Amino acid sequence: MKYIDEYRDAETAKKYAEMIHKITTREWTMMEICGGQTHAIVKFGIDFLLPKEITLVHGPGCPVCVTPLEIIDKAIVIASRPDVIFTSFGDMLRVPGSKKDLLTVKSEGGDVRIVYSPLDALKVAQQNPNKKVVFFAVGFETTAPANAMAVWQARELGVKNFSALASHVLVPPAMVAILSSPSHLVQAFLAAGHVCTVMGYEDYFPIAGKYKAPIIVTGFEPVDILQGIYMAVKQLEEGRVDVENQYARAVRREGNIPAKKLLADVFEVIDRKWRGIGIIPQSGWGLKPEFADHDAEKIFDVGGIETQESPLCIAGEILQGLKKPHECTAFGTLCKPEHPLGAPMVSSEGACAAYFAYGRYREADGR
Amino acid sequence: MSSYRQLDLRSGFACPIPKSDYTNILLAHGSGGKLTHQLIEKMFVPQFQNELLEPLHDGAVFTAGNKRFAFSTDSFVVSPIFFPGGDIGELAINGTVNDIAMCGAKPLYLSSAFIIEEGLPIDDLWRVVLSMQEAAKRAGVLLVTGDTKVVDRGKGDKIFINTSGIGIIEDGVDISPKRIKVGDKIIVNGEIAVHGIAIMSVREGLEFETQIKSDTAPLNGLVEEMLKASKNIHVMRDPTRGGVATTLNELAEQSNLGILVNEESIPVSDDVKGACEILGLDPLYIANEGKLLAFVSPEDADKVLDTMRRHPLGKGSVIIGEVVDRYPGTVVMKSKIGGTRVVDMLTGEQLPRIC
Repeated sequence: MKYIDEYRDAETAKKYAEMIHKITTREWTMMEICGGQTHAIVKFGIDFLLPKEITLVHGPGCPVCVTPLEIIDKAIVIASRPDVIFTSFGDMLRVPGSKKDLLTVKSEGGDVRIVYSPLDALKVAQQNPNKKVVFFAVGFETTAPANAMAVWQARELGVKNFSALASHVLVPPAMVAILSSPSHLVQAFLAAGHVCTVMGYEDYFPIAGKYKAPIIVTGFEPVDILQGIYMAVKQLEEGRVDVENQYARAVRREGNIPAKKLLADVFEVIDRKWRGIGIIPQSGWGLKPEFADHDAEKIFDVGGIETQESPLCIAGEILQGLKKPHECTAFGTLCKPEHPLGAPMVSSEGACAAYFAYGRYREADGR
Repeated sequence: MSSYRQLDLRSGFACPIPKSDYTNILLAHGSGGKLTHQLIEKMFVPQFQNELLEPLHDGAVFTAGNKRFAFSTDSFVVSPIFFPGGDIGELAINGTVNDIAMCGAKPLYLSSAFIIEEGLPIDDLWRVVLSMQEAAKRAGVLLVTGDTKVVDRGKGDKIFINTSGIGIIEDGVDISPKRIKVGDKIIVNGEIAVHGIAIMSVREGLEFETQIKSDTAPLNGLVEEMLKASKNIHVMRDPTRGGVATTLNELAEQSNLGILVNEESIPVSDDVKGACEILGLDPLYIANEGKLLAFVSPEDADKVLDTMRRHPLGKGSVIIGEVVDRYPGTVVMKSKIGGTRVVDMLTGEQLPRIC
């Protein structure tokens, strides 16, 4: 398939793997930010192709995983109301809240629907004027423009029964949080290509400079990731620190300017809690006060929710790259996709789910 | 599974599925993945234990007089009832015909039970019935008995159809997971994941533009040719709900052998690949309705492949993998770039991802 197959080509992948082997002289640890990249690495076995000196640690870039428990619990309360149609991207439905998940709400009679786009949720609102239609607006900078557009259109079109339960998170503050931690292991980053498609990568220059960590804006296909790793290793070996763009076919330095303008119109930067990590200052977006009529947290009474995480789950350490999923005592035993203790076991982009789905808990690989 | 409470054998009424996990049935219990298997293995099979049920094949095989028969049943609840490339009626006939054919049997007689929701336009029912008539004719089976029930509006979803069927097994044909052997080649008769994507493209809220049409088809004609060509077809399955990955996992588990598939050789059309990329779905887990997987001894594989390719429903037949003695009970895939990974059974339904 055009623009996909080329980037899964075995010969090209092998070539990059060989180039990485050739230039690697010592141990390096790098973090891929995005869950989509983690998924591709495990799915295609990319780490098997690398020299043993190179360690990939998996970053916090799984939107499902870092969405705070309070928000999930709020979603569950709202979705259980008989006057609500609750719409969401599919993989949020299985994320465990304190007591249950949204799929269970659905089985108990809640009107919970999967949509592919927040604009479809807006359509549902127009078609059901007697219901309150709520869209679960989570994710990184990647999903934010479409969510912003839905809220903005709702206001422009006067769709009063549409609201968003918004919990957006931002990548650069999370990178800073990881690099500021005294125990961090990360020497270079593969930045999330699609986040940069929206936001560009100018914000990364001061981070790379301050923490002396090369940052490579990287795509999601095997050849992209191998090329990104090659560019990172090359900088590390040469003692250079720079921000480079591997994913030039989709990312411009300044990003998508109309999308950024819309984001600035609809959202404001706020402190945000990350599941498993805690509060990171100025790390999220919330709806601006002028959109309060479309802000589900303001419309519904969802204060005073008490949350409870599984004490066994080490999601925080996983999401900061301090531990790998199979190093968790609950991994594959008490915590499985059908019975997740924490969010990284739920989403297809979660590191634990990727390790589980592709059998990294078994000794069965044919290496 | 260590995370599940032990079944309390002292009380026959204790629910074997831990209540703490699921107090209600979820849609995932019907997805064909792990939760479906939990229901089957923990709730259904132990209560009805008998040697005909135990093989958990697509149908039961029994003997009457000196002849062997296959008996199978299936319910159809697809929504929407009319979709690109077919409708619920055609699916109901082909589904049971194929289940019987996968036992190595020639399907003969079908029953059909309709559960119809009050308010269904009579013209829609007529379209479904005509389509069933046409499908039965194509498959060469007779619909010999049936039942009709109507439920209140809102208590069903337009129409549900159950079909059951019976077929006769020729002497010398022996299709069973027990016969799977190390070295067996695994053949699929064409591009996978077509039906599931065709349905998804017209589901409410998910509409996308595509020319993808369901692959629903009766496979008994193709199976007949295959069985004529070789006595060394060890097992056949139609990878419907849960897709190729789920079926291969079931067979790896039942045979306690390993299955190694080659990602490069699995046929997926560009249209389906594109839809899967956009939706974040894996074609290996997506339903098929006109596909079969055959495990054939290596010396007969080419012969069976040639026979299949000469049949209109087998033109795209290819070998996608083989049975190995490494990693028993597990399906392993060699990725396009040379890495390997385990292909596990899904827990629930595949859910489209956020980004």
